[in-house]
Formats: sequence, C-alpha cells, structure tokens
Amino acid sequence: MKYILMMNTMQTGHGVPEWPQTDLQAHISFMMRLNKDLRESGELVSAEGLTFPDQAKLVRAGKNGVPITDGVFPESKEFLAGYWIVDVDSPERAYAIAARASAAPGRGGAPLNMAIEVRPIMSGPPPEMM
Amino acid sequence: MPKAWEATSEHLLRELAPQVLGAVARRFRDFVSAEDAVQEAMVAAFEQWPRVGIPDNPRGWLIQVASRRMIDQLRSEMARRQRETTVAREAETMAPTVDIESEMDPDDTLILLFMCGHPALTASSAIALTLRVVGGLTTAEIANAFLVPEATMAQRISRAKQSIKSSGVPFRLPAPQERAERLPVVLHVLYLIFSEGYVSTVGVHLQRIDLAREAIRLTRCAKTLLPNDPEVAGLLALMLLTDARRTARTGSNEELIPLTKQDRTLWDQGEMSEGIELLTAALSNGSVGQYQLQAAIAAVHDEAARVEDTDWSQILALYELLKRVSPNPIFALNHAIAAAMVHGPLKGLELLRTLDDDTRLSGHYRLDAVRAHLLEMAGDHESAVKHYRIAAGRTTSIPEQNYLMTQAARLGDTKAQRGETTAAFF
Repeated sequence: MKYILMMNTMQTGHGVPEWPQTDLQAHISFMMRLNKDLRESGELVSAEGLTFPDQAKLVRAGKNGVPITDGVFPESKEFLAGYWIVDVDSPERAYAIAARASAAPGRGGAPLNMAIEVRPIMSGPPPEMM
Repeated sequence: MPKAWEATSEHLLRELAPQVLGAVARRFRDFVSAEDAVQEAMVAAFEQWPRVGIPDNPRGWLIQVASRRMIDQLRSEMARRQRETTVAREAETMAPTVDIESEMDPDDTLILLFMCGHPALTASSAIALTLRVVGGLTTAEIANAFLVPEATMAQRISRAKQSIKSSGVPFRLPAPQERAERLPVVLHVLYLIFSEGYVSTVGVHLQRIDLAREAIRLTRCAKTLLPNDPEVAGLLALMLLTDARRTARTGSNEELIPLTKQDRTLWDQGEMSEGIELLTAALSNGSVGQYQLQAAIAAVHDEAARVEDTDWSQILALYELLKRVSPNPIFALNHAIAAAMVHGPLKGLELLRTLDDDTRLSGHYRLDAVRAHLLEMAGDHESAVKHYRIAAGRTTSIPEQNYLMTQAARLGDTKAQRGETTAAFF
C-alpha cells in the first residue's frame, strides 16, 4: 500500500528557520537519516522538499488558455513543505513513519511535533465486479 | 550453434533461473550470495542472448557465469582477509565443471517456492522474492511492476534474503508438517501477484511486466511440482477462469466493465476450458478448499453464454460453502449478492445488515458498493446514489472510483430526466 506523508508548516517570514547552527545541523541530519532508513527498508518511493511559499505561483487558465499567475499569499497560511511517498505493509507502519518525521528536532533539539498528513494513494486493485 | 532469440526465449530463460540458483546455492552453500550471482548472470543473459543467440546449453552457461561471479567474490573477500594464496586455490577447486549440472535437483524450484513462504517475511517481501527467485525477473522489472524505484526494490529483496539467512533455514525441502503450513502462504503470495496484475492491466502502464501472466506461469510451475494438491490446481483454475475475461473487462477508454455488462464473446475459450478441466480434476481429488470454490464460482459465471443464463442458485450454494471454509468477509459480501439474485434484493440487503458490525469491513468501500447495487435492484434509487457515492469516496482504486461515480451519475440522470418529463407533462 502506498501512502503520501505531507509535512505542513506555518509560513514565517521567508521560511528558513533561524536556529543556532547545532540545532539546524541536528535537524538536517535527522531528516537525512530518516530518508536513508526508508531507502534501506525498501519502503521509500520518493521524498521531495519544496521551495518556500514565496517562490510559489498560483496558476489559472485565462481566456484562450493563457496562464494567469498569482503569487501573493497570506503569511498565516499553512504550506506544504515537503512529502514522502512510502510503500508499506500496513497503515500503522505509515503512521509510525509519520510520527518519526513529526518529531524532527527544532530549536534547542526539542521535537517539532509537526502535523504530518497521511493519505493512502489510489493504487489498489479493482475487484472483479459481480 | 547458438539458437536465435525469439519471443518465447524469455520464458525459457526465466524458467532456468530457479534451477540455476538451486545448483549454485548448493555448490557454494551460500543462498544469499548465490542469489546475487544468479541475478547478475540473468542480467548478462538478457543483455547478450538477444544479440548473439541462445547458447547450446543455456543452463550450463548461466551456471558457469554465476559460479564465476561467486568465485570472484570469494577471491576478493578472502584477499581482503589476506589469505589470498590458499583461498584462491580453494576457490579454484570449487570451480564448476560440467558436473555441476548433475548436482541439480528437480525439487530446487519447489525448495525456493517454499522458502518464499517463510513466516519471517512480510507479504510485500515474499512477493518480491518470489518474483525474483522463482520467477527469474530482474530487480528492475519487479520495481517497475510495483512502480517503486529500483534501489528501493533491491533493498526490499536484500532484506528479505537476510531475514531468511538469519532464520538459519537450510536449503532443502521443509518437512511435510511445515510444508502443509507454508503452502497456504505460498498460494496466497501467488494470488496477490495475480491480483496486483489487475492494477497493471488497467491504466496506462504499458511497459510494465504483466503480473497476472507471471502469476499464472508461477502457479503452473507449482502445479507441475505439486501435481496432486487440489488447492494448487484450484488456484491455477481460478486464475485462468478470471484471466479469460481480461479483454472484456475494460472498455476502449480503459474503463471498468462489470461482469454483468461484459461482451462474453470476448472471453478466452482456451483459458476457460483449461480452467474448467483443472477444476473438475481437482474437485474429484478430495478435500475442497477456498481456491477450488472460488474457481467453481468463476466457472459458473464463465459457463453462462448470456448474463441471464447465470446459474445463481449454484453460485449461492458455492458461496455458502466458501463462507464455511474461509471466514473472509468479502466472501460474505458476495454471498449477499448471490442471495439477492436468487431470493430478491431485500434478502441481500438483510444479509448486508448482519455485516454492518463486522469490524473487518467497517469503512470498507465494498460494503457500500454492494449495498448501492442491491438498493438499485430494490428500486430505491435515492439511497443507491448515496451509497455509490460513499463507496466511490472510499475505494483506493481509480478505475473502481470512476465506475462507482458513473453509477451514481447514471441514476441521478434518470431521476433528473423523469423530473423533466413530469414537468413537461403538466
């Protein structure tokens, strides 16, 4: 079963956390370690981090399909910071991975306890309909 | 003289994989490394044979290449331990001769099949390992079939092999008692590979390995190795009888066509008659299991030239047996459909109500999908639309979701049309 684990964060300024070097390094190596473990357990399908919301554009088709972009977002909004797609044997396992990611260390090494949204990916087999 | 490479040569090559692995693993007494070496030999063969032709003795060729890899590996490992000279000589004496072929055991493929049903493995590892070790598929092909990166699949396989290694299982057939315990796991793994094939036949993944065909090939192989087991035959029959409807199952836009709406002239007569023949022989063999019963139900459907010719009373009786043999709640759902076809939709809906408290089904879209279908049969279109929509929101299959949404929309349209007619009439 494949799941997407979406890491949402509140946008603050331009997004880059202003933490002391040791805290930042602890955070980065925590995430790298997580990805390495998921690769080695044979569960990682993909993992991507996204650029900060100030680089985001909202696109709609205008007349004749010409793209109309919009790029000003309210600062209080939650944004998708990155995601993992994992292929696991049970939903519980997907939740366990999400909980691990959620506890990534932040300032002072304290766990961030970020909200990770876990959703099944549509990849199940259709049954033979009666 | 090397033979030219043909479309069927791929199967030949894959069938050799477990035999070669058995010979090499026995020779070098190291299953994990032997498996890697055989994989490399397979990759080499896939690369070379289509260009230069198939060698006179393809099995010998593969054993030779795999053994050479093993010796190279042994040498470099021993060199690392700085005991180069003695060990190189040892490795030389272990070098394969033509004799290695006579060490092959016809049971090797069976040993490997049971090894993949090892209790230490999760379902996904067992599936991956079966496809590679018994099926002779490359890691890249398996990764592609399950739409995961090759590196991820390689890790999954390597971990599966490590758990087998650390469980200390010897390379030989398990004792009869253990074999009896593992066979259902082995059959379940083959069944899962087959049902995964459903995903790949629906959608745009044309480059993917056909897992349904692979599952049939592997189950055929299991049937040759265990000719007297009625459940192995039952599973093969079930696969053939289901696969026979493959072309009729999807429409021109890849949409799902339910059994009742399929163009039955498209069903594969060859697969159908082979499945029925297998099943008839298996049923006369004694103990009846869940795969034989499922195959029997598939056969009753297949034998009806038109949907209205379907012998629903026989299907109902078979589901009653199946419910007793296997407590799978999905069988109970299908039983309710059969009951509705024989005794009317109200009977079916009554049976569904008894499943509402089954925790294994709670929130499962199939319960809503079946309820919607029976409500429609009962003429309660409004509730049917509601349950088709709930089911569509819960399924994890896109073709299934499209199908269920379309059912809800179809009933919605008729209602709207009726509304319009009424308005025009008055």
